[in-house]
Order: sequence, then structure tokens, then C-alpha cells
Amino acid sequence: MTVVLKQDLEKPQLTLGFVPLTDCAPLVIAQEKGIFRRYGLEVTLSKETSWANIRDKVALGILDGAQMLAPMVLGMSCGVGPVKKAMVTALSLDLNGNAITVSNALYAIMQACAPHDAPLPNRSAHVLKQVIDARRNNGEKPLSFATVFPTATHTYELRYWMASAGINPDRDVRLVVVPPPQMRAHLESGDVDGFCVGEPWNAAVVHAGIGRTLITKYELWNNSPEKVLGVTREWAEQYPHTHRALLMALLEAARWLDQPNCRREAAALIACGRYVQAPEEIVAMSMNGAYRYAFDEVPRDLPDFNVFHRYAANFPWRSHAIWFLTQMVRWRQLRGQVNFRRIAETVYRPDLFRDAAALLGIPAPGVDYKTEGEHAAPWLFDSRITLGSDLFIDGRTFNPDDPIGYLAGIVPVAGRSNVVPLVRR
Amino acid sequence: MVVMPDVKRSDVRKLRVLLIDHSVGRAAILERALQDAGYVVAAKLTGVMNLYKEVERIEPDVIIIDLESPDRDMLEQMREISRDRPKPVVMFAEDDDSDTIRQAVKAGVSAYVVDGLSAKRVKPLMEVAIARFREYQALREELLHAKVSLAERKLVEKAKGLLMQRRGMSEDEAYKALRKMAMDGNRRLAEVAENILAVANILI
Repeated sequence: MTVVLKQDLEKPQLTLGFVPLTDCAPLVIAQEKGIFRRYGLEVTLSKETSWANIRDKVALGILDGAQMLAPMVLGMSCGVGPVKKAMVTALSLDLNGNAITVSNALYAIMQACAPHDAPLPNRSAHVLKQVIDARRNNGEKPLSFATVFPTATHTYELRYWMASAGINPDRDVRLVVVPPPQMRAHLESGDVDGFCVGEPWNAAVVHAGIGRTLITKYELWNNSPEKVLGVTREWAEQYPHTHRALLMALLEAARWLDQPNCRREAAALIACGRYVQAPEEIVAMSMNGAYRYAFDEVPRDLPDFNVFHRYAANFPWRSHAIWFLTQMVRWRQLRGQVNFRRIAETVYRPDLFRDAAALLGIPAPGVDYKTEGEHAAPWLFDSRITLGSDLFIDGRTFNPDDPIGYLAGIVPVAGRSNVVPLVRR
Repeated sequence: MVVMPDVKRSDVRKLRVLLIDHSVGRAAILERALQDAGYVVAAKLTGVMNLYKEVERIEPDVIIIDLESPDRDMLEQMREISRDRPKPVVMFAEDDDSDTIRQAVKAGVSAYVVDGLSAKRVKPLMEVAIARFREYQALREELLHAKVSLAERKLVEKAKGLLMQRRGMSEDEAYKALRKMAMDGNRRLAEVAENILAVANILI
């Protein structure tokens, strides 16, 4: 096997940022299992308390790279949000892993409203729509929902879910941002009625019996992208060998995570104070292939609740980048002319992934784009790589060759004209 | 005809500052320094449940926030919520200021500025904040250092006592013996003392 030569590394000492969430796992495993060291990297993992810190410290070069929200690297690169910096990602850290959870009080109303549909993930948004309509007729104040950052996957997921049932997230509810470890307190105090967050923070609320999960990210869009390894373009250009060694180490760690029987050990490693700092049994809840939606329910089978490696999970699909960009346009974070393909090609770097994967003998897709929403079960891609199912909750399909057509086809949500901005491919 | 420059209200009055810092001591030091520099510290918060309400109520021009506060992400959202006012935006690297921002982040402080406020007016304020955060950091390190050296002195005293007791050495002889071991082994005195104590514990 080809090895990475230590003397090739331009910068063997690295500081990488992470946020205390279950999906910091690839970084933690690479560190704790000595994988970084095997690639000649001496890594310090720096726990960060906010996504804003991750963004600022990576942009300023205080961190070499970080676990980042996939849309965050795109947003920074094309000027959505206050910090503009050319970013690069060549590795997706995981798929799925989030969920939407509401307070017991709100769930009780949903149940009273639609006893049969309320517990069904694919009907939950429609039931919420009924509750919202009833509240509006009674003159009650709008419900509050929290996500974790303006350009977070969670924001687009929550909005997509709501809009799939005709809820206008800008008018019918109040959207706020709450740091993940504080979600529980905000839900308990009634400050927010529901949220979309990563693990272990849904499990923590369900375990404490103060909220109920309505739907998981997997059910919203099967095997959808979540976190990435983000570095600045400058950094990637300055330290190409170091970057490749980092990609290889993380790929190995991700592969380890998806081996059978490794999740228990992983949960124990990431739960500790240095990392996620949550009880091990709560961290393990979302790592063992089943998911518990409510305190008084047995866990349901959900083997793909989080995916770290299988289904080519680490491949940075440029089509995923384009999908996130369409959501930024849809919710008017990104305005004016948008060159979808150019942004996807500069920020998402499957070419760098392929170099790293080839050295490890891991097969990588030969193309950069794929359609979404067409497979209800795992399928064989290029007749050699198994990809996961990719359905959206509303049954739509996404063709990355035609983002404008996709945006035009999205049913306008109530109270808003379906503005299609001036865009070109 | 005289054309008056377009001066915003916030440009002629004293800037109102909101401090968010989990460290009460540091916030107090910074408050004093900002007041001395002519700013109005409208409020000091150590961490709040509903930051949106607080910002709406206090209406600061500038928010100085401890970088380790998770509340930063809540502030990030405020510029997105059109019906909420004011809209604070993180102060960040417009080329000429990137050094100030880097210094700030390194010192552990970040600032959010109400939309439209000029960076020129905020820069001196940031400099005060950076200086105080650094000073506080230095104080803490000094304190930590003092604690460590106190602990090390105790170890040396204990090791000396042990040598005096077991080997019948005088205090001076015991100290010289320790120092020789440290020099021979190219180690710190406290390390040698720790080793002696550890070995003694095993032998007992």
C-alpha cells in the first residue's frame, strides 16, 4: 500500500475545531485510535462553543480546519452571512443524524387535532399545519422553532419540512437560533415549541420525557449530507499533502465507525467530557441503529439514522452543494445572479477526495453529480458502489442540471409570490 | 448652499455597549475601562435565556461578547429576522481591520455592531476590549503559575523532610542532594522531589 511520507507534510501540527455533537465522531476516532498519528499528523482537537467561532477561527487561520455545516462552507464562499471567505471541502463527515422534536405541550395539541396522523413522521408537518391554522383563527401568537445557525442544514431541513405541508416558515412561525446544549432548557421553559438539532440533543430531550421527536432527517431526505471537513482555499493550496493526509485519516476513521459492533465503543469515546460531554447511554441512543421518538415508546428500527461511511457517505457530491444553494435562493439568503455550478465546483472538491480514497483503495464515484429523490432502497451506482436510498418527504426529485427548473417547480408557500430570481447555470 | 453630511443618530451620541461575559470579574474590569473611555455600558449579562428580548430592550450599538459564549450563534440569527430590531452584525475582517479582528479572536473576544455603524468608530472600543481581555488572561495565567509553583514548593519541602528523616541529613544537605539529582538528571527540582516521594511510597 502506498504510504504517506511524513517528510511530505508541509504542516504536521494541526488544530482542528469541532462542536460537541455526535457527528464529531470521525475526528474523535481519528484522534483516539491514533489514526492521525499514523499519517504523521499531530492534531489538537479544539472544542468550540458556537458555529460562529468555528467560522471565524477557520477564516482567520486560528484553526487549520474544522467539522463544519455543509452549507456553511458554501455560504462563506458566496457571501451568505457576514463573513466572506473562499472555502473548500473534499470530505463529507456523515449523512443524516438530525431530528425535529417538539415539546410535550405542542405534541398533545397535535394529537388532539389528528390522533392517527400525529405520530407518523411523514404526516407530522400536515398536523402541525392544522395546529398553526387553528391557533391563527383563535388569535394566538405564532409558535417558535429553533435551529442552530442561519446557514445550518437544520435550518433548511426545518423549512423544507414545514413548506412540504404548506406552512410558510417566514410568516406562520417564529424561527430562532439556540445553541444545541441549550435546546432542552428552552423547550422546558416554553421559550421554543420545537427545534431541529443534531444528536445527542434530541435523545436527551426524549430521554428526559420533555419532548417528542416528530421526524428524523433521514425520513425528511434519505441519506442527505450533514457535516463536512472545511478548510480555507488558501490553506488547501498551501498544504496539499497535509490536506491529503488529513482526508485519509478521517476516511479511515469514518470507515471504522461504520463497521459492525464499533458504535458502542465510539459512543463511549465521544461521550466523555473532552468531547460531547453527555451521558454515554444518551449518546449511544442514536448510534445503535434504532431511534426512540418518545419516552413511552420502544425504539423503532432506523439503521441509517446516522451514516459515517457506507453509501459513499464521505464523497463530496457537487449535486449536494447545488441543492443547498437552491435552498439559500429559495429562502432568499442568496440573491441576484447565482452561478450554481461554478460555486459547487470551486467549493466542493471530489477530485481531492478521489486522490485520498485511491491511496486507501476505497472506491469513489467517477462523476460529481447525481439526481436525488429517485431511489426508495439502496442501489448500485457505476455497478460497483452501493448508494443509499435518496427520497424526499414530499416525493420531489432534484436534478442538479436544472436548479432553476427545480426552484420554479417548488410550490410557492402561502403568502409569497413564487419569485424566481435571475439565475443562470 | 451648504450640504450637511448625512450623520446618523448613532454617530453623534455616545455608543451604547452591551457586555456579555460569563466572567463577572472580567466584565467589571472592562465596564470600568469602557466608561473611562467615554462609552455607555448599557448592560452587563453573564448569559441569558432569551437574548433576542434583551437586545431589543437594551438597544445597544455594539455588543461585546466573550468568544466562548454559545450565545454568539443567537446573535448571528438576529440579522436574519427582519421584524426584530436592531440588527447586530459580527465585526469581521474588512481588509484593513483584519488585524484588529485577529487580535480580538486571539484574546477571546468578539463584537457585534448594529448595521451601518462605521468600523472607524468601533475600532478604539475594540482596542479597549482586547487590552482588557488580554490583561485578564495574563492575570489568570499568573495566578495559575503561582498555584503551580506553590504546589511545587510543597513537594520539594516534603521530599526534603523525607531525606532528613530517613537519611539523617540536615535541611541544607537534603536540599543540596535534591539539587544535585536534578542537575545530574537534567530535570526540574519538583520532578525529582515527586519521584523521591513516589518511590518512598512504594517502599513503605
